[in-house]
Amino acid sequence: MGKVLLEMKNITKTFPGVKALDNVNFQVEEGEIHALVGENGAGKSTLMNVLSGIYPYGSYEGDIVYNGEVCQFQKITDSEAKGIVIIHQELALVPQMSIGENMFLGNERGKKNAINWNETYGEADKYLKMVGLSESSRVLIKDIGTGKQQLVEIAKALAKNAKLLILDEPTSSLNETDSRALLDLMLEFKKQGMTMIIITHKLNEVVYVADKITVVRDGSTVETMDCHTMEINEDRIIRGMVGREITDRFPKRSNVEIGQVNMEVRDWTVYHPVYAERKVVDGVNMNVKKGEVVGIYGLMGAGRTELAMSIFGKSYGTGISGTLLLNGKEVSLKNPREAIDAKLAYVTEDRKGNGLVLSNSIRVNTSLANMVGVSDKGIIDMDKEYQVAVEYKDKLKTKTPSVEQNVGNLSGGNQQKVLLAKWMFTDPDILILDEPTRGIDVGAKYEIYCIINDLVKAGKSVVMISSELPEVIGMSDRIYIMNEGKFVGEMKADEATQENIMACILQSGRGE
Amino acid sequence: MNLKVMDVLKKYTMTFALIAVVIFFFINTDGKILFPQNINNLISQNAYVFVLAAGMLLCILTGGNIDLACGSVVCFVGGIGAVMMDADINEWVAVVVMIIGGLLVGAWQGFWIAYIKVPPFIATLAGMYAFRGLSNIVLQGFTVGIRNETFLNVFGGGADCYVPDFLHGTNMNMTCMVAGIVIAVIYVAAVIKNRISAQSKGYEVAPLYSELGKMIVICAVVIWIFYKLANYKGIPAALIWIAVVLLAYAYITQNTTMGRYLYAVGGNEKATRLSGIDPRKIYFFAYVNMGLMAGLAGILTVARATQAQPTFGQGYEMDAIAACFIGGASAYGGEGNVFGIVIGAVLMGVINMGMSIMGVNANYQKVVKGIVVLAAIIFDVLSNKKKK
Repeated sequence: MGKVLLEMKNITKTFPGVKALDNVNFQVEEGEIHALVGENGAGKSTLMNVLSGIYPYGSYEGDIVYNGEVCQFQKITDSEAKGIVIIHQELALVPQMSIGENMFLGNERGKKNAINWNETYGEADKYLKMVGLSESSRVLIKDIGTGKQQLVEIAKALAKNAKLLILDEPTSSLNETDSRALLDLMLEFKKQGMTMIIITHKLNEVVYVADKITVVRDGSTVETMDCHTMEINEDRIIRGMVGREITDRFPKRSNVEIGQVNMEVRDWTVYHPVYAERKVVDGVNMNVKKGEVVGIYGLMGAGRTELAMSIFGKSYGTGISGTLLLNGKEVSLKNPREAIDAKLAYVTEDRKGNGLVLSNSIRVNTSLANMVGVSDKGIIDMDKEYQVAVEYKDKLKTKTPSVEQNVGNLSGGNQQKVLLAKWMFTDPDILILDEPTRGIDVGAKYEIYCIINDLVKAGKSVVMISSELPEVIGMSDRIYIMNEGKFVGEMKADEATQENIMACILQSGRGE
Repeated sequence: MNLKVMDVLKKYTMTFALIAVVIFFFINTDGKILFPQNINNLISQNAYVFVLAAGMLLCILTGGNIDLACGSVVCFVGGIGAVMMDADINEWVAVVVMIIGGLLVGAWQGFWIAYIKVPPFIATLAGMYAFRGLSNIVLQGFTVGIRNETFLNVFGGGADCYVPDFLHGTNMNMTCMVAGIVIAVIYVAAVIKNRISAQSKGYEVAPLYSELGKMIVICAVVIWIFYKLANYKGIPAALIWIAVVLLAYAYITQNTTMGRYLYAVGGNEKATRLSGIDPRKIYFFAYVNMGLMAGLAGILTVARATQAQPTFGQGYEMDAIAACFIGGASAYGGEGNVFGIVIGAVLMGVINMGMSIMGVNANYQKVVKGIVVLAAIIFDVLSNKKKK
């Protein structure tokens, strides 16, 4: 057993209303590759943010012991000074600058007020060689591919004298070959004595590189597996990740008759709006029937939101191809307005980012997508608007002193209800709910589930996108499984289990 | 209770600041600041600020977007009108051409900003140069006088820029006094009617004492202003235009779907787009409207001066922007209202006038103005931060 390099003891981190980390204990030994696995929202990234000082000392409870001393990081540079360097999932490079400039950004080579360009590029080339990247450090970031950019990030970390390297989903934007090269590079670094933590969803990668695996579930570390003393396979890891039982956290739906196909999508393909050669949604076929809840499960970045938004009036992506049928008729929806008029509703994943106008009241948000319903020739009927807002507030049991309250002041669950109210007021036939219960507490979740049940009882169709397995299984009549832009499986709810859904995703990942 | 007092203070910070500033100048100018003539001047001198700020408010609501060109447009449009009337073209034809001119300028800038995504700052900076140049071309570098009596009377220029006293008061302008009282009565009636209808439908209403207090203050201020004006020459014609514009914009921002969309786009553009509203149309509308207001301000400006000069309107855009920000419009968009810009414009006007009466050096006046604008924005930023 090696020397313990890092120990995080009894870490608890709460956000308003949510306990993101609950008494987490986590140990990393010197010279090992330690994998951190868990579902979306389990708390992996939060834990790493605590470690790197993004959440400063004092905003969490517990101790970080690194190299034998207790650390109190106030900011990222504090942890970097100790050699703890984190590489985030989203690349943090400035595209317009050269590799060398990026590598020493904020850490420039030379004297205080004069950058030594020879030293900058000379050193940069040295680090590029270490990561096996054969590019000149004078090349601009925007001119190299994502795989190479990821290597630049690693070189940048090395330039900071990293002793403990944390890689958050390093391969999520890489193809198979680049991913393998990156993993081999990690193994190479390990030989040279580097300690690494890798966060990833791709369990085959975990099995390939990790010495130890720690499973995080619902804000706690569940178990740590030692790959050298026990037999590790993906099934074993999955069991650790999903290990909880489904109890009656989901209200029963009774006597809902499932009718004809309401919406059908054929061969739907969407390309990335910026990187137009990247397929984000790839040949998806799906349908939803009247009175049915269809779940779409996939890990983050699988293309679920992109699929939903591209269907909803082409509000995402370029080069969209495929056929959309509503009630058996082929339609072409060019913008969100046409989608709303075609009785489609898309309840966004990111309530604050693109769902609600936080600085406006509940009343104003409720009517925003259907102003025609509360106005006459462009003049708003304030009475009617108020009544509508109150009606939905009561119907959805939104907890607020008044509908004149700004939605920015509401809790996540109540914001979600306002968002649902806004879309229910457009009187849709088909509702696409994107992560309808993300970041809200258990009680509010149950109420949202009840609303979903009421919707299908009223003859609507619901497409529910979620990355919470129990929720998908508990609420859906039918489940599509999405991975890397493709639908890789379809299951009836009664034959779906957490294990076989995860297995479905993993098999598709390996198939490539 | 204490919390409520804090809320009121916070909501009406600038109103209280205005009261404090008025008291300060009242003491330091031996009461001269509140002479009837000064009240009158405050209104007619700042007519352009109210009008331009109404247009600017809509732009700022869409996301802190500003229009730097409107001062040049004021001069350009005013110049066209002056030249036309100088050539003895009918005044109403000239007015229609000026208004259409303003609208076209607005459409020109709005097109680039909304549909081509040119940043508003740059698009209107270009407009600021170009329309200043065009003004010079139209006026050929000269001052052009306006002699058209009808035009001057209607738009508040020359010596007779007041609403005539139909009631022939002896010591004071009776029409003005009666108008003030009628306005106060109509206001009180509207508030009462609104309250009764709200109560009958079971809506929540503000507590009686607060509504009563607000009503008394507003009535007192209105009657007092009209009393002062009545003791001078009566209702300035410019006040009618200001009132029409401000009432219209208060209605547009609060009671129409377009007004709602302006706030929504500024508050969260993505959410607005996904709600089936095309943000480009909203930006375009805001700038076309800004052009319309610049046109009207151009008319009022040349009427007041009874002439057009190539230097007219310089810095007007900044006065309008300042009035909006002092009046609580958010520099990030989505927040602000017409009541606020009135307070902002009056506050700037009072500071200017007070310092002039006190004989403060013009350069120091600019320093003070700068500090006031900065203070207002700091307040906005800090109070937003606290919310987060």
